[in-house]
Amino acid sequence: MQRGVVAILDVGTSKIACLVLRFDGPEQFRSTDGVGSLAGQSQFRVIGAATTRSRGVRFGEVDAMQETERAIRTAVQAAQKMANVRVDHVIACLSGARPRSYGLDGSLNVAGGTVTEQDISQVMASCDVPDYGADREVLHAQPVNFALDHRSGLTDPRGQIGNELKTDMHMLTVDATAIQNLFYCIKRCDLELAGLASSAYVSGMSSLVEDEQELGAACIDLGGGSTGLSVFMKKHMIYADTVRMGGEHVTSDISMGLQIPTATAERIKTFYGGVVATGMDDREMIEIGGDTGDWEHDRRTVSRAELIGIMRPRVEEILEEVRERLDAAGFEHLPGQQIVLTGGGSQIPGLDGLASKILGQQVRLGRPLRVQGLPQAAIGPAFSSAVGLTLFAANPQDEWWDFEIPAENYPARSLKRAVKWFKDNW
Amino acid sequence: MRSLISRAVSETAPRDPAPSRLGYRYQRMMLTPGFRVMVRIGVPILLILVIAGSWYAKPANRTAFAAWMDETKQSFQQRPQFMVQTMNVTGGDMTAMTEVAALLPSEFPVSSFDLDLEKIRADIEALDPIKSASVRMGQGGALEVTLNPRVPVALWRDGPTLRLIDAGSIVSGQIVARADRLDLPLIAGDGAEENIDEALRLFAAAGPLIERVRGLVRMGERRWDMVLDRDQRILLPSDDPVSALDRVIALNEAQDMLNRDVAVVDMRNSDRPTLRMNEEAAETLRRANTTKIENGAGH
Repeated sequence: MQRGVVAILDVGTSKIACLVLRFDGPEQFRSTDGVGSLAGQSQFRVIGAATTRSRGVRFGEVDAMQETERAIRTAVQAAQKMANVRVDHVIACLSGARPRSYGLDGSLNVAGGTVTEQDISQVMASCDVPDYGADREVLHAQPVNFALDHRSGLTDPRGQIGNELKTDMHMLTVDATAIQNLFYCIKRCDLELAGLASSAYVSGMSSLVEDEQELGAACIDLGGGSTGLSVFMKKHMIYADTVRMGGEHVTSDISMGLQIPTATAERIKTFYGGVVATGMDDREMIEIGGDTGDWEHDRRTVSRAELIGIMRPRVEEILEEVRERLDAAGFEHLPGQQIVLTGGGSQIPGLDGLASKILGQQVRLGRPLRVQGLPQAAIGPAFSSAVGLTLFAANPQDEWWDFEIPAENYPARSLKRAVKWFKDNW
Repeated sequence: MRSLISRAVSETAPRDPAPSRLGYRYQRMMLTPGFRVMVRIGVPILLILVIAGSWYAKPANRTAFAAWMDETKQSFQQRPQFMVQTMNVTGGDMTAMTEVAALLPSEFPVSSFDLDLEKIRADIEALDPIKSASVRMGQGGALEVTLNPRVPVALWRDGPTLRLIDAGSIVSGQIVARADRLDLPLIAGDGAEENIDEALRLFAAAGPLIERVRGLVRMGERRWDMVLDRDQRILLPSDDPVSALDRVIALNEAQDMLNRDVAVVDMRNSDRPTLRMNEEAAETLRRANTTKIENGAGH
């Protein structure tokens, strides 16, 4: 990706964000060597940004096609208008679709020779792929680790000498139907889908700092309809999962508990929400209103402590669920135990205190990396997956190299290959 | 009642403005650079062309337009700034002047757009007596013609006519009688005009004989004969005639040869200059010799 314009589309449950990126190519004027400005991210610029309320998306999956299509259209049109340029290609991320992580391993005998690119592609092809089901698709598959004989933890074994090359891969599969639905919605908007990513992965890319990614950390993206979690180690994602609960469940709890409309519940949650009650909160009364015409009903108030009392169990439930997933993934064995909370739900006051009780001591709130041209309204934690997707678009092959296809997988009949060569070249 | 109305309003879903599929496509089309250029530049130009074309399609409009064009052009060209009031011919003699004046526009003022200066100059230069000319618009609306006339260096007798010829072997005019231009040397014969340089050198070399030289005749398109009065001829060789003439002059100085009764001095063979005498002189010489012999014999 050197030059051009591409759109970033974060299809979430509560909002759909669209960013338009312009790639200007690599930096032209570099005074010194080394890492460029903005951690090398200055090769692109956000020239258009728009957010719209999401409609027809539930649990991070497309639920009502027409509504989702309209919402995507709204976001894309506004972003295009701001950028004043037409975009044809879009890179999308989705948070739901029941991601499932698999660890694969493969080995290859290189018989004391140097490891070539061909060997690496062969060892990656030799990984035994589990039966992940017919209705699922592989979304990400990256080599996480290489081992050569007794040495492990190699990131790039090319050119080294050894006998047995082993690799560990991480593969993420998602529901095929969810992807197909999203693909169809984007196609209905006259856009080409240029890439697809899991939002748990990309929000980890944007909100974890480099040493956290190196030493081991988990990024918890508290979204609207689902909570994504991704575990990073040695700058590779080694695990990703989704808890199908999020901020909208908190809102619906408030709505049900206080007998108020969802819109009011959302407003009260945003303005007065919290998870830790103090004595002061008993005295702070919130008017929750209503328009039934019944004076008594329309003048109801609740104390902030009551609101917190409704919100806290649900947030605890989400975090407990995350804890379970992390335990299942073996997070406690990692050298670093950093947990980063991001996403729109991470803005609940006092969440870091609650999370540190459930998830462990090293909890911090994460905000996405700053990228050039991003408007002030889109730098909050709610945009961490959108920003991560821009990084994903800028460095599409950051940690898995462009390996060749293993030679043995070529069609055996050379005539066919010759015909293909002619077709490709003429 | 009021509360009922307000509830009816608030029960509607929050306003979610979404562009229609058509509006979305229209906006995307308008953001396409090529299409935008076409709309902003192509369509107005097309519109103007269509309007102008439909107006021009009517014959009445067409003639009116042509008339208007002519009138505008005329009124522009007839401005006083562009009018030529006088002409001013310099250089050249009277005959050349009159010939040139006949080529120039006769009545003034005339617009300078109507004058083709290049053509006038070519016409003037086509005249025999004019070597070159410059024609330009000068100060105060004057047409300035500067002539550079040809300078004749010799007369060329071509049959019965006498032509003036300049150093470039180009005829610049005719005269009626030799007496009109006694200052110019005369040449004649086939191919005489081709070798005007050599003829002029011979005339220059004639020195003391120049009073007696009638002219040079080209013989056989190869060599010159210098014709003197009393029908004397000096036959010059084709190569190096000047030194041959010098020898004749030297002989003449020493022995007063040409004042004697010599008809032809033949210098064609440089080793053996030959004299031919007149009939009578030869007779007389022969008789004198005979007498002498007879006398001697008698003695």
